[in-house]
Amino acid sequence: MKFSESWLRSFVDPVCSGGEFSHLLTMAGLEVEDEECVAPAFDKVVVAQVLEVEKHPDADRLNVCRVDIGGGETRQIVCGAPNAAAGIKVPCALPGAELPGGFTIKVAKVRGVASSGMLCSAKELGIADDAAGLLLLSADASVGEDIRRHLDLDDRLLTLKLTPNRADCLSLEGVSREVAALTGTAACFTPVDDVEVSIATARAIVLDAPEACPRYCGRVIAGVDAAAPTPTWMSRRLERSGIRPISALVDITNYVMLELGQPLHAFDNSRLHGAIHVRMARAGEKITLLNEQTLELQDDVLLIADEQRPLAMGGVMGGEESGISLATSELFLESAFFAPTAIAGRARRYSFVSDASHRFERGVDFGGTRRALERATRLVLDICGGQAGPVSEALATLPERHAVRLRPSRVAKVLGITLDAEYIGALFSRLALPFRRDAEDFIVTPPSYRFDIEIEEDLIEELARLHGYENIPATSPTGLLAMLPQTEQARPLARVRQIVADCGYQEVVNFAFVEEAWERDFADNGELIRLANPIASQLSVMRSTLIGGLVANVAGNLKRRQPRARFFETGRCFFRDPQGKPVAGFRQPWKLTALAYGSAFPEQWACAARKVDFFDVKGDLERLLAPRVARFESAQHPALHPGRSARVVVDGQAIGFVGELHPQWQQKYELPLAPVLFEVDLDAIVMASLAQYAEVSRQPPVIRDMAIVVDQALDLQPLIDGLIANRPEIVREINLFDVYVGRGVEAGKKSLAFRIMMQDTRKTLQEVDVEAAMQHLVAYLQETFAAQLRV
Amino acid sequence: MHNFDQIVQAASAAFAATDDPDALEQVKASYLGKSGQITALLKGLGKLPADERKSVGASINRAKDAVEAALNARREALRQMALAGRLAEEALDVTLPGRGQSRGGLHPVTRTLERIEALFGAIGFDVADGPEIEADFQNFTALNTPADHPARSMHDTFYLQDESGGVAENVLLRTHTSPIQVRYMQAHVARHVSAESMPEIRVIAPGRVYRVDSDATHSPMFHQVEGLWVGEQVSFADLKGIIGDFLRRFFESDDLQVRFRPSFFPFTEPSAEIDMAFMSGALKGRWLEIAGCGMVHPNVLRHVGIDPEKYIGFAFGMGPDRLTMLRYGVNDLRLFYDGDLRFLRQFV
Repeated sequence: MKFSESWLRSFVDPVCSGGEFSHLLTMAGLEVEDEECVAPAFDKVVVAQVLEVEKHPDADRLNVCRVDIGGGETRQIVCGAPNAAAGIKVPCALPGAELPGGFTIKVAKVRGVASSGMLCSAKELGIADDAAGLLLLSADASVGEDIRRHLDLDDRLLTLKLTPNRADCLSLEGVSREVAALTGTAACFTPVDDVEVSIATARAIVLDAPEACPRYCGRVIAGVDAAAPTPTWMSRRLERSGIRPISALVDITNYVMLELGQPLHAFDNSRLHGAIHVRMARAGEKITLLNEQTLELQDDVLLIADEQRPLAMGGVMGGEESGISLATSELFLESAFFAPTAIAGRARRYSFVSDASHRFERGVDFGGTRRALERATRLVLDICGGQAGPVSEALATLPERHAVRLRPSRVAKVLGITLDAEYIGALFSRLALPFRRDAEDFIVTPPSYRFDIEIEEDLIEELARLHGYENIPATSPTGLLAMLPQTEQARPLARVRQIVADCGYQEVVNFAFVEEAWERDFADNGELIRLANPIASQLSVMRSTLIGGLVANVAGNLKRRQPRARFFETGRCFFRDPQGKPVAGFRQPWKLTALAYGSAFPEQWACAARKVDFFDVKGDLERLLAPRVARFESAQHPALHPGRSARVVVDGQAIGFVGELHPQWQQKYELPLAPVLFEVDLDAIVMASLAQYAEVSRQPPVIRDMAIVVDQALDLQPLIDGLIANRPEIVREINLFDVYVGRGVEAGKKSLAFRIMMQDTRKTLQEVDVEAAMQHLVAYLQETFAAQLRV
Repeated sequence: MHNFDQIVQAASAAFAATDDPDALEQVKASYLGKSGQITALLKGLGKLPADERKSVGASINRAKDAVEAALNARREALRQMALAGRLAEEALDVTLPGRGQSRGGLHPVTRTLERIEALFGAIGFDVADGPEIEADFQNFTALNTPADHPARSMHDTFYLQDESGGVAENVLLRTHTSPIQVRYMQAHVARHVSAESMPEIRVIAPGRVYRVDSDATHSPMFHQVEGLWVGEQVSFADLKGIIGDFLRRFFESDDLQVRFRPSFFPFTEPSAEIDMAFMSGALKGRWLEIAGCGMVHPNVLRHVGIDPEKYIGFAFGMGPDRLTMLRYGVNDLRLFYDGDLRFLRQFV
């Protein structure tokens, strides 16, 4: 809500400077979002009248003007403006004047002719961009008057960012009421008397939807001159409120809306047929609005109609066909109260807002309907002439204002400070909230313009506001001390993140909505969750994997000449799932995804450069999972190289994948090298096992090595699983320490070397036991995997 | 006697002339070995008269001790020389860079969230989480914002398509973290339904939220932290206290001002907007919006089955992205979501 401070001060004029004024409003909850001056600083500019204009003897484009600057003084001023003419009134900067931009006016000679002053355009005064000619002032401007005073240029423009509960402040009167309450200064509103009814023409009104529109007033005004000019004072106030003057009748309805908060609508009475019906639209009914938008309506939209057709979307916007024009001579002026619930969201549904719908959906004073109509009629008669008919009013059940009880003890409980009863009463009086006492309590009945006072807390907020939030102390809260649980079987997410970061990965946060192609490529997702209203097509699908974002991060950084990148992200992924919880239909697990690209180590002198590979990243994942040990099973994943990807299994549960990006995606996403990545369920990563003590053996360990040759295609995992399952009790650890393919090993075979650690808890191992254990392992491998002992 | 001193002198000279440990052992043999001079003298003792034997024996042993001492001294000297040589040989250019993996880092907003969790955790706040595809009920209705409430237009909401391409009903991307307070209170009430008195609720809920808004100062996805304290004695004055305390601890500065001004949220009453201003530095004196807050609206408490006459509480929702920008001097919100290593590395 934007308005001019001087208009506001015409209603209530507290003693405080502009800045204090803004602070006052902001700290009362009417946030001043923007404040600007109407004109920049300048002085010594007065209203002047041009008396004579003669051509400059030595310059084609210049004129020599004789100018009356008031006080019986005339000046000779050289002027180059094309619209200089005898008789016009214009601003004149006198010698000594400082204009915006630091431009000082002096007595001077212009091409040999003396000039003592400057006639000004609007641009030269910094009040508009129009530099085409002199700023023409009205004929009744009084010569010699300071231009700042004449045009009210010391005015300031305030823009309030009003919260939806303060519909009562969507008008000058409303804000004035608030200022009066805050400052204790009396507000003085425009007195509105009923106009004289001079014709009998009237139009019947039928409320077919009395709950949506419980009060509708209208009247005919005949014989108006719709083309009459809008008075300067009105167009100035409208302009300073951000509303473009259009024509006198439209301007009047807008003016009254700003002044009193009541949206009005003017119909061309000659285009109406029979009674006005306020009714719900029939589904599919169409209307073309003043903004030239044609809508097909749903049946919860309120219509103003006549007996033949819809005229306007009630409380939202008028229709094009029934609207007024400069040729209108008879109008039907509407002032109505539409229930907020009947208006709320309707305009937004059709992707527009109007000043009227903005007000009605928040609540318009249903006690002021007639007053606004009388006020507007008065202005129409004064500005456009004409005769007013009687007011037709249809009335159903208006909203009730329920009395709200306020307990001073509750005030103390909510705010943490005690306000005494006398003070509370005084605050309510300043707010013009009528109350009566019931023992300790106050029973407050809110006025018709307040839609935000329904419960005790609403009153408490009013008291707090007026008392000043700043005057409520800040105290340290007290509470019962109780320790929070700290489970050791789940690692804090922060700890998990830190481990990944310590492995060299940089955390990123990517958008949860992604390109559709990412979902197809990296997840083969056939059940996309699309946004209904994405901000861009590449941000239109909810992600089921974090891979796409990380791949894009790499690509983005390659463009920025960062050839090596390691990223990770933790975030929710989204899946359609009929069994999903807690929001039905969706599963939203957290995932942790890490991706490494480029060289395995940052470039350094002390180790040979090589690119990151599967086992680097697998090692990072193993470190992250430790002390739990995962199994890795060769498996396919749409994002990954089929021969270089593995399913990660912990305690029999598949928790994710690790692998190299599929070459086709590497090519498609223009990555010179193959990234290696893992994606795992965060729940599984966070879990930790509680350590369990086992006795430490005091017996010396015995260590033996064993090298075997097996088929090259044989995976290690089943072999290790088999060894562990079939090991003699004394075998404690089996570690692979070498894999060899090449000379000395038959083609198609590989050599695996294991180090076996054996130990007994009770006795020192004898050579014969050790030998037997080794024999057992070798025999198992020979039988099960056709392994040969390598010598 | 004279003879013995000469032997000692000769031995000492011979040891000193030897630079090699093996050669030294050979030189040693010529004095102390089986056929060494000292050994020979000792062997000759038996041929001496009994009365001389004792004194001559003592002299030989003195000479032997002296030779051994000279030998050990030389051995030690050689060892020291060898060590010095090895050390010199092994000396490194210690100014060469160390070897190894690079270190990653946390996202700056993560750092802020962790600090917020730690600060509130220190006074007993639990940390909660909730779904990002949220039910309309939890995001709006339970927060006293029924359908078509004008406050819904304060939030430009992302909606989802249903499987047939229409707008899915009753679900949306959460526009704030406040629905977590609803879910948390519901669970808390269920847990303590049979208890005579419900323990206090103290919880913060950080997370990602979504709004249809994208420009230099708005990201369609951003972070929020919700805070909630519900108990039998919690007041607006306490809310002011805790927020001021938090901001001073977070920024590690008493050099800042905090102000509360009336505002409106459907789920709190009274409601306030929290502004903060630094008293020094580049942003000195400028009021910066930090959070929205207020006393939990009785309707919200009723919605989750808490008696608003018995229990009262406050809630706040703040923007950790904004706090991060202020804390580290970041001037463009979009940097947080751009994955630019050159930016992110600054927070390692």
